[in-house]
Amino acid sequence: MTSSWTFDSVLVANRGEIARRVIRSVQRLGLKAVAVYSEADASLPFVAEADDAVLLGPAPPAQSYLDVAKVLEAAEQSGAQAIHPGYGFLSENVAFAQAVADAGLVWVGPSPGAIFAMADKVAARNLIGSAGVPVAPGTREPVADVEAALAAALTVGYPLMVKAAGGGGGIGMSVAHDDDELATAFATAQSRAERFFGNPSILLERYVANARHVEVQILGLSDGRVVALGERDCSVQRRHQKVAEETPCPVLTPPVRARMISAAVRAGEAVGYRGAGTVEFLLDTGSLASGGEFYFLEMNTRLQVEHPITELVTGVDLVEQQLLAASGLPPSFDPDAVVRNGHAIELRVYAEDPKRFLPSPGTITRWVEPAGPGIRVDAGYAQGDTVTPFYDPLLAKLCVHGPDRSAALELARAAVASFEIEGLKTNLPFFTELLANEEFIAGGYDTGLIDRMRSPKAPAS
Amino acid sequence: MAEEVRAEMVANVWKIVVAEGDQVQDGDTIAILESMKMEIPVIAEAAGTVSLKVAEGDVVQEGDLIAVIG
Repeated sequence: MTSSWTFDSVLVANRGEIARRVIRSVQRLGLKAVAVYSEADASLPFVAEADDAVLLGPAPPAQSYLDVAKVLEAAEQSGAQAIHPGYGFLSENVAFAQAVADAGLVWVGPSPGAIFAMADKVAARNLIGSAGVPVAPGTREPVADVEAALAAALTVGYPLMVKAAGGGGGIGMSVAHDDDELATAFATAQSRAERFFGNPSILLERYVANARHVEVQILGLSDGRVVALGERDCSVQRRHQKVAEETPCPVLTPPVRARMISAAVRAGEAVGYRGAGTVEFLLDTGSLASGGEFYFLEMNTRLQVEHPITELVTGVDLVEQQLLAASGLPPSFDPDAVVRNGHAIELRVYAEDPKRFLPSPGTITRWVEPAGPGIRVDAGYAQGDTVTPFYDPLLAKLCVHGPDRSAALELARAAVASFEIEGLKTNLPFFTELLANEEFIAGGYDTGLIDRMRSPKAPAS
Repeated sequence: MAEEVRAEMVANVWKIVVAEGDQVQDGDTIAILESMKMEIPVIAEAAGTVSLKVAEGDVVQEGDLIAVIG
């Protein structure tokens, strides 16, 4: 047990499954966990399981989980000396990270400078590109208006991906194949960008069809080294949002994996990264036979939703490593001797209908989690809890770990079949479909998989 | 005959796109709801004159009346 923590209590500035998961590691390390919560979340498991809990305010995020002053007040009130932001909410908010440090508290995350460098996708692309990491052809400056977008399209070429420079979570993203589509996509992206991210900057990038989304888990150590803990394939997406992830990526060859990992480490080094982070790439599956091309997409300067599958195959607790790095301590594993065992899959169980993926808030009248060897469930809710419309629809992350991919698929099928949730609609029936889908089982799928499942007439990859 | 437009789920009314008394066509967007960080457009399934039953910022329950098209 480490005896030289620079803090003995950690406030978890988040909610639901990730707050609960962080609290678990904090307590296992002998530290005190403080939860913060909104009025809507008062009866959720993460509040009950924390050692102390402070009410932030009403349900809307702006009046609770996104309110910097209230979170800092809660830290002061509870005597917490460190703040772990989880993912989403304030986790990539430069001003918050700075305010935490200014209040004399330990920020469990990378420096505000590293967050800032990666916050704007245009600036991040330019910085990472100059560090020798491949980036997709695209605009090197924010695109101000439709005219500028149409002009940029002439040099970048169609099809184009239109994105909010300050965005994330797939919000405002769309593909344009010609000038008309670009004009529409641009207007949509700009209004969403302004509303969700307070930043109307738009970025255009060459769209890679038949791409896979593959990301690398990095860890910046207290001695300044940046190491990688392998990749995760996140190509099962709806509305550009991840639904299922697996590691290792079933199509990555050892030479391409080695290049991608080295590129991710270079990206982390370029910003002096500390703690857990994720470097996302687009893998052009059409190029796999000829060597495998991939492009830097963005870097998430926080713990990633799908981090458990990396933990399952490496045996490394990433939250523990974040806390150690924040305390200036060495990791609790040997970064030069990480062995990746078997295959792990994460299924994001959402409160949404399994056909159209529309939100389905409601009260959980029955909740029975699957359990057993190779099964891990990170859940934010329990029986009797109400899922409100104020936050994202993630109910639980159902993770399985088997000796190989087919064993993991088999475990996943059994786990999905025995997961009982009643009272609201969930996407569990979708996972039954996914785990029986030939393309998914074969492993050669890409980000168009769900669209093809939902409209079988769409062209196969 | 009047058509009732109801909420498909618990949601916040983010935006009302039409004005009280507007003429709409089948397929026009009347309002945009927001639930679980997703925008859900509310579409008219008939042509007619809109009578709004909610305001921006309201929270609607599943089945609540959003508008009547007469």
